[in-house]
Formats: sequence, structure tokens, C-alpha cells
Amino acid sequence: MMLLQWTLTPDLLYQAGTGILLFLLVVAAIFSLVQKDLLMAIVGTSLVSLILSVLFLLLHAPDVALTEAAIGVALTTVIFLIALRKTGRYEE
Amino acid sequence: MIYYIVSIIVMLIGLYAVLMKKNLIKIVVGLSLIDSGTHLLLVAIGFIKGGTAPIYSEPGLTADAMVDPVPQALVLTAIVIGVAVTAVALAMVIRIYAQHKTLDIRKIRSLKW
Amino acid sequence: MKKLLATFLLGFIGFYLYTAFAGVPFGESKMKVGKDYLETTVPKTGAVNTVTSIVVNYRGFDTLGEVTVLFLAATGLGAILFGMKGKPEDKHREPSSILTTGAKALFPIIVLLGAYIFIHGHLTPGGGFQGGTIIATGVLMLILGIKKFHANHALLSIMESLAGITFVVAGILGLAFGKTFLENILPLGTPGQVFSAGVIPIIYVAVGFKVGAELAGVLDTMMSTTRGEE
Repeated sequence: MMLLQWTLTPDLLYQAGTGILLFLLVVAAIFSLVQKDLLMAIVGTSLVSLILSVLFLLLHAPDVALTEAAIGVALTTVIFLIALRKTGRYEE
Repeated sequence: MIYYIVSIIVMLIGLYAVLMKKNLIKIVVGLSLIDSGTHLLLVAIGFIKGGTAPIYSEPGLTADAMVDPVPQALVLTAIVIGVAVTAVALAMVIRIYAQHKTLDIRKIRSLKW
Repeated sequence: MKKLLATFLLGFIGFYLYTAFAGVPFGESKMKVGKDYLETTVPKTGAVNTVTSIVVNYRGFDTLGEVTVLFLAATGLGAILFGMKGKPEDKHREPSSILTTGAKALFPIIVLLGAYIFIHGHLTPGGGFQGGTIIATGVLMLILGIKKFHANHALLSIMESLAGITFVVAGILGLAFGKTFLENILPLGTPGQVFSAGVIPIIYVAVGFKVGAELAGVLDTMMSTTRGEE
């Protein structure tokens, strides 16, 4: 009965936000799997890391969130991009 | 519970990329996705409803109201190791490309460098 | 056919992973050793941030091994890419003067942010690994922004070696004072102050310098193979 009233409690907002983020996580992972353009696939993994960092913050792990934001979003993406520049951009 | 399901899905997507993709960079992307899924799974196991971050930032916080710090410490080190593994794998990919001029694993027949 | 086999295998693995984790309750306390760490972190180690006290103090030996793995990865990467030259036909756009000036102006601020994060590792979220990575991204910005910039590898390796020696000496001091390896020998101080928690800030600053130097070296090695010079 509580759910039928559609009141925007903070708890409901929290649940909805978590659900949307988890859905986007799966979408970004599938995007980076099926994309033929490797540059777009790498941007997809960067997006996965970014969403993961927000999720770590929601799970009360600020240390891990900071690490993932610094390493997963910035450094891993840059290393992938350097490798991409040295090799080919498209997947045959 | 949904955290477990989503992280297992992300791990399986990465494993599919490792098994089925023919491009070497795509395979490394798959490895990094497996990493991400494992990290989310470990941190989600340590979560406690109504808990706070395990930092005594203000007076009055007690140990009963905090989430488990051990998985967080493990994941912290695992992320740093993950970037080192990715860097070494990509260096090998660059070297293979310089030798064979292709990233397709079906065309890389010889193991000689 | 191969796709079908792979899908079947993934379904198999996914099903068993799910059944394994279906019995683990989500959001409930299942701490055993974590409880002890949470209760003893302030009286025993003096660190306010429990994750830092686990990484540096309770499992400090683990962290020493991890830093060694990072060092080996950086060395191995240099060995794999040794002697590679960039393609001479690569076209390079010159960095614009806005990028060059901005990179030079922002670099000290980024280093300051990184240093703040690893000095306050025992008080706030963050620590040596995060701060070191932020410093490495600052170096990356210099590499991108300044034409023909090369990180000074001799300086980087000296920094890295000094940081590693500091870590090991801090561990051996524990042995020298009749305790175990990496045990705290300094006074704990008041929890919540910058100068507290004994040996933890020293080790985390060393880890920060080490990680920053290693990752900056990795980035410079990888960039110099793609730039078509040297």
C-alpha cells in the first residue's frame, strides 16, 4: 500500500537512483562489448568505471570511490587510448 | 541482492568478450570489465543497511553503525593491481601489433617475435 | 556453434555464481575480523580512517608486496617496450598555447591536491595510491601539453627508490625496537590530528611518492613509443 501512494520519500529516491545507475552500468558494459569502433568501446569502459565510482560512494566506500575515479576513469582510459593510437582503431 | 546480480552480469559480459572477440584490445577491455564486476561484488558484500563509511570523522560514531572495512581495503589494492596488469597487457598488444601488423588473433599464427 | 557453446558456458557459470551468492544476505552485518578492526583502530593505531589503518598497519606487509608488484609491472613494461620507435610518418598536431600555459599553471595545483590527499590519508578518504595517481595524471597533462616534454627518468627512479627504502626502514624499525615487522614505534598522538597515528602517515607518504613516480614513468614510456621521436 505504501508503494501505491507514490510519495517521493528520500528512501524511494535512493532506491530509484541505485536502480537507474545499475541499469546504466549493464548498458555501458554491453555497449563496450558490441561496439565495432574501439574508441567508442574504450569510452564505454570509462563510463562503466564512472558509474562504478558513484555506486561505491552509495555503498559507503569513499576510499574505493576515490581510487576508482582516479585510476579507472582517468588512468586506464589514457593507457587504452595510447595503445589504440599505436595500433588500429577499428575492429575487423 | 540486485547488486550481486548486476555485478555477475558485468563479469559474464567481460568473460564473453574474452572468449568470443577476435580483437586483442577488445579482449583486454573484457579483462577490465571482469575486474570491475569483481570489485562491485566484493564491496556490495561488505555493505550494511543504515551503516556509515568506516571513518570516525565526528564524535559519537560507533563501530556498530559502520560498514565492513575489510572488503574495501582489499578492493583498494585490487584496483591498483588491475591498472598495472592492464598496462602490461597493452604493452604486449603494442609489441604484437608492431610485429604482425594486425590485432586479429586468427591471423597471429606464429609465436615467434 | 562456437557462440552457442560460449553462451551455454556463460549461463552455467552465471547460474552457479548466482546460487552461490543467493545464500549471502545483502545489507546485513556478517563481520568477523572487520568488527575487531573497527573497534581497535582508534586505540591501537591512532588512525581515524579504518580502511587506511587496515591497508597500512594491519595488512602492511600485503601493501609492501603490492607496491613491489607495481614496481615489477613498471619495469616489465619498460622491458617489453624497450627499443620501440614511433612511426615517423605520424602526424602530430602541436599543442596550442592555451594548452601549454594551462598545463604549466595547473601542474603545481594538481601536485598540491595529490599531496593533500596522501598526507591526510589517515583522516579523510584517500591515501597514497589515490594521491600518487593524481600526481601521475598531472605529469600526463604536462606530457600532452608541452612539446617534446620528457619526464626525467633518473629523478623518477631516485624518488621511487627512496620511497621504497623509507617503507622498508619503517618496517625494520619495528623489528629493531623488539616488536614485529611494520609495528608502530612512534607515539600515537591525538586521533584526528595530522601528526598522529605514529608510522602510518610516513608510510602512506612514501607509498604516494612511489606510486606517483611509477605511474608517471609508465605513462612516459608508453607515450614516447607513440610519439615518433627519440
